[in-house]
This record gives sequence, structure tokens and C-alpha cells, in this order.
Amino acid sequence: MEQQDVLAVENLDIWRGERCLCRNLSFRVSSGEALQVQGQNGAGKTTLIRVLTGLGRADEGDVLWRGESLRRNGERYRASLAYLGHSNGVKLGLSPRENLTVAGALLDKPSSADIGAILDRVGLHAQADLPCGMLSMGQRRRTGLARLLLSNVRLWFLDEPLASLDVAGVKLLTEMLKAHLNGSGIVIFATHQAIELAPHPVKSVLLDSKA
Amino acid sequence: MRYRAIIGRDLRLAYRRRGELATPVIFFVIVTALFPLALNPDPALLRTLAPGVIWVAALLAVLIGQDRLFKTDYEDGSLELMLLSPISLEWIVLLRVFTHWLVTGLPLVILSLLLAMMLDYPMHAIGILVMSLLLGTPILSFLGAIGASLTVGLRRGFMLLPILVLPLTIPVLIFGAAAAGRAALGDHSAAPLYFLGAMLMLTVTLSPFAIAGGLRVSLES
Repeated sequence: MEQQDVLAVENLDIWRGERCLCRNLSFRVSSGEALQVQGQNGAGKTTLIRVLTGLGRADEGDVLWRGESLRRNGERYRASLAYLGHSNGVKLGLSPRENLTVAGALLDKPSSADIGAILDRVGLHAQADLPCGMLSMGQRRRTGLARLLLSNVRLWFLDEPLASLDVAGVKLLTEMLKAHLNGSGIVIFATHQAIELAPHPVKSVLLDSKA
Repeated sequence: MRYRAIIGRDLRLAYRRRGELATPVIFFVIVTALFPLALNPDPALLRTLAPGVIWVAALLAVLIGQDRLFKTDYEDGSLELMLLSPISLEWIVLLRVFTHWLVTGLPLVILSLLLAMMLDYPMHAIGILVMSLLLGTPILSFLGAIGASLTVGLRRGFMLLPILVLPLTIPVLIFGAAAAGRAALGDHSAAPLYFLGAMLMLTVTLSPFAIAGGLRVSLES
């Protein structure tokens, strides 16, 4: 935790077809900071987050993690990030517990965290062994959140994390994010609603395709 | 340990969706059964046709089963997690295609025993037929997976997949059917089997790179 980790974006241009989603976008986020990506529907928030994770491709510019370009350093970069997208990455045919076991297997270092304890924390104690297809959208989302807790990584990317969460779920998410920031983590999220993360600084990036 | 979890996940999902997996198997049986109905059910004729019929039916059955390989993972976002995993995507793909073959290809190989009997394929050659399918169907699974990786984002991908992949499968069909056909006539069939073995090694080692590349391109947008 002594080390100050920085995710730096330099002169990023993203085009989708004829449309420019961002031009010359640069920002830096360092340990303990959160970044909110803002913009209207269709402004390209999801696209930007996917580019930052390395799933998508930028037309110009570079994303640097700890000073190294993620193009050259893909494997180490992927070992330090967790991503919760629109779709939760939850298999409906598997129970939350099984989903987390698989998610754990896909991690670099097997986390020592106990899956049962994590499921308790996200409020899925009673549903731990039901197939996710039987759970509500909010409970599936919570399974996705549990996956973030399981991963012992520095960078969290969240795309519309509030979607389908109830009041208690939003509170849980806020607490999770604060705890992550306290542990020198970095959170990058796209939402319409603000998430109150004080005292941690929340930077913001506005995507405006007209610009 | 990690690899076991990835294989276990697919086996578990396959078990919970047994009905879906039965489709290619039923397709295999029905297509093979159509030939004696359409042609003259003369044992001598069927015996000559048997290797080709079983091979063509197996080829089509493997390919139609391949469309679902990445589809649900694409839809529910699990594929993104695999791409973002520090474990190399090529490894994951290799494990997953192999697991998929275990649940779709292997049942076909086992069933081919029954169908061979139905078509009066000589019993002394049945070992070679099974051997040719054991070597050949994994090749088809891997080639089909290349098509599946490229079409995973398309709504009508299942139409495109066979068109993309069928031309690539022709050598497999030629050597597979040749091995089974020669064995039925009592000839040596080692040469086509060796060819199949070589092609299997080639696809197992090289196609994961193509499949992983296809998935990366499909998920880029």
C-alpha cells in the first residue's frame, strides 16, 4: 500500500463509426481516488470503460498503469483489475457460490477470502446455493458485487453499478467502494446518479459527443 | 486447480442443460437414419455408404452443437470475465473446447457404434471407425469453435457458422471417411489415421490462438 498506483490516460481518441466519442481525453487517477464517467445515454460511457479495461480498443492515445502501457503489459494489467459491466458476468445455471468459485479460479492469485463470508456480506446468505436464474435482478447484481469483493485487486471498473439495486444495496455498494478506497484502491464508475463517497475525492470526466 | 474449476463449471452447466446437448446427438441419429429410408435399403449398398454417411452426419452434428459454445457466455457477460482474466485466453479456450467436445463429440462417437450396426458396417472394422471419429471429431470441435468465436456477436451467427467452417473441415472428412472405408474393405487404414492424428495435433496447438483472437475481435465493439 506504500506504493502510489496511477492509472493515466493520455490523449485518448475513441471513434465509433463516424462518431467521435472523445478526443484528446487525458486524466489521471491515483490510489484512493474515484473517477466518475458522466454523459448522456449513448455518450459512450460504457465504451470508454471497456477501453480502459482493455476490452475495447482506442483509435489514438494510450492507457498507462503504473507507468506501463496496457498494450504491452496486458497480462499484468488484467491481474490488477476487476470489472462489473452491464451484464453481471453471472451464470444463471450456477448458484452464487458456484459462480464465485469460478470467478476465483479466473483470478491470478487465489484469494484467501472465504466465499461464504462474502456472500453473507452482500446479503445472499439464504440464496447461496440456489441457481442464479431463480434470483431477482438485484440479487444477481449482488452476486456481481460479491465477485468484486473476492478479487484482491487495485482497480475496480463499474458500469452502472446502481442498476437494479435497492436502497440497502446502494448502501452496501457505497460501503464497499469506501472500503476499497481506504485500502488505496481505485474506483472508476459510470453512473447517472451521484454516489456519495466523502471524504474520498471523486473526479469526473464528462463525455460530450458534440464537443 | 484453477483449470479444474473451469472444466467443472462447463461440465456442471452442461449437466443442467442436458436437453440442449441432446440436440446434436438426436440430429446425428436422425440424419443417419434418413439414408436407408431415402436410398434402397439394400445391405450391400448401405455397407458401402456407411463410412461416408456416418462421417457426414457426425460433421454436421458437431458443427450445429458448436454455435452455443460461447453464445450464452457472451450474453451474460462471463466471456468478458474470461477475457479480463490474467490466465491466458488461449488456455481457457483450449480447456473449454475440450470440455465441450467431451459433452457433444464423445456421445456421437459412442453412438456411432450403434449406427454402424444399423448400416451393416462390418464388425471387424468398427474399431477403426471409432478411432477415426475419436481423432476427427475433436478437430471439428476446434474448427467449429473458430467459427463460433467469430460469429458470437451476431444474431444470425448460427447460419453463418457452418458456411465459414465447412470448407475447413473437408480434409478431416476425406481422411476420416477414407480410414473407415478402407477398414471396411479390409485394407490398411493407418495412413489416413496418421493424417487425422497430425491434423488433430495441429488444430489443438494452433486453433486456440485463432479462437482467442476471434473472441477478442468479437468483443471489441
